[in-house]
Amino acid sequence: MGNLGIIFKRELYSYFATPLAYVFIVIFLITNGIFTFDLGGFFLRGQADLLPFFGFHPWLYLFMVPAIAMTLWADERKTGTIELLLTLPVRLVDAVLGKFLAAWVLTGIALALTFPIWVTVNYLGDPDNGVIVAAYLGSWFMAGGFLAIGSCMSACTKNSVIAFILTVAICFLFVIMGSPILLNAFPSWVPQWLVDAFSAMGFLTHFDSIAKGVLDIRDFLFFSVFIGAWLLASAIVIEMKKAN
Amino acid sequence: MIEISHLTKKFDQFVAVDDLSFSVREGEVLGFLGPNGAGKSTTMKVITGFLAPSAGKVTIDGHDISSAALQAKRLIGYLPEGAPSYGDMTTLEFLRFIAQIRGFRGAEIEQRVDHVINEVALESVRDQSIETLSKGFKRRVGLAQAIMHDPKVLILDEPTDGLDPNQKHHVRALIKSLATDKIVIVSTHILEEVTAVCSRAVIIANGKIVADGTPAELESQSRFHQAIRVTLTDSHDLLADLKAVPGVASVEVAESNGLAYTIFAEGGASIFSQVSEVAQQKHWPISEFHVERGQLEDVFRSVTQQSEGRANG
Repeated sequence: MGNLGIIFKRELYSYFATPLAYVFIVIFLITNGIFTFDLGGFFLRGQADLLPFFGFHPWLYLFMVPAIAMTLWADERKTGTIELLLTLPVRLVDAVLGKFLAAWVLTGIALALTFPIWVTVNYLGDPDNGVIVAAYLGSWFMAGGFLAIGSCMSACTKNSVIAFILTVAICFLFVIMGSPILLNAFPSWVPQWLVDAFSAMGFLTHFDSIAKGVLDIRDFLFFSVFIGAWLLASAIVIEMKKAN
Repeated sequence: MIEISHLTKKFDQFVAVDDLSFSVREGEVLGFLGPNGAGKSTTMKVITGFLAPSAGKVTIDGHDISSAALQAKRLIGYLPEGAPSYGDMTTLEFLRFIAQIRGFRGAEIEQRVDHVINEVALESVRDQSIETLSKGFKRRVGLAQAIMHDPKVLILDEPTDGLDPNQKHHVRALIKSLATDKIVIVSTHILEEVTAVCSRAVIIANGKIVADGTPAELESQSRFHQAIRVTLTDSHDLLADLKAVPGVASVEVAESNGLAYTIFAEGGASIFSQVSEVAQQKHWPISEFHVERGQLEDVFRSVTQQSEGRANG
């Protein structure tokens, strides 16, 4: 096992050594239930799919994911353990990736624990399970996008509350970028290519098609590149700001 | 061997370390001294590869800390200021994590962890989470972490800060026992520590070296070097007796009751025989008589204040 794996294990372990992981998972499941059954009208729709379930994920992640991401680096800087970690024979990329992956796996575990709803929809009807698997994967990748932003914001400050607020703000921007409300608000003199580019950066643009079962590898590629770019930015920010 | 050449570290306009050059050989225990804000911690952070130097370079056994960071870092054990560690882990879990990162696998992990737990006496808190430990134990966990891989170079930033006298003694003994084949750099502002454990002392002020030598050499720069301390049982006019004695520079009353005196020597030469002769001839009512080696504190103050004077003027 390389250093990446060792750091990943330590981080994941520390989520479960404190109540954080349990609180996160429980709240995630409860809010998911409320959104799906109450606001989403899961039963009233009379359709055997999980569209109302996945449809709320961007908005759920908007507040849940920054809460786990906020401590990633802010706490290391606050307690001074960053000095310990980065003077060990560890490459910065292993540290950044190891921490990110641990948080990503935590969101994955929370997401996987929503399986009863999948069981339910299969019991009640005959859904397209391929679409559901793709939507789960897409949702997890989107959570990764939120987390990568959070990793970078957490590296910017010693204060995890500030990291939380910054992450929510930036994530919100990326969520609404692709929404029709925002796109229609562009005045007509703005060239179409700019509107398209703007829309292409939006989370909803990519996630909506995945959730509806349009499995396009480009949507996954978007989230992968997005995660990579924000993690790279995290590493640069850590390198720049570790002194203070 | 550690070689530091023309090391400079700037934070925006502030120069924390200013063109610092020195080298440390195996077997040396270097005491790194200086007033608060002199650049001690910054220098250590650059040597250990946490901060990149603004100019100059640091090599550990030939490995440049900037360009061959991983090789250099493998040779170093480092206790950062304040001994940070992951509070949510227990002592055992934390040390296992460090052992793994340091490249130990399988049975070696337990072996090394047990060894360091023994070395710094942590048995009683093995399964306690670190955030609940006292300051002394936290510091020892930090030390255990630093010596995990039996490093060739040990860099300790204020290792005894916040420890009680017994713990201090224990840590100093540990440093001494480790030092035989290693390079140890210890920063401290406790001067007695330097005389107790260090074979060499470097004093820095405003990011520059202002003194470098063995503790004895530095002590000999003190105006107290070779001075004679006399305590009397009864008042006696020493001044009159000593006026004509060659080599005596001055006499000062050392205690307010007028019974203790310090007799300073001229140019650090020994005046023991002259003064003891006079004392016998004149029948001084002596209860105590000894030669001072010099006071490190005095040297520390004079060299660091000189530097400050230069910096301000």
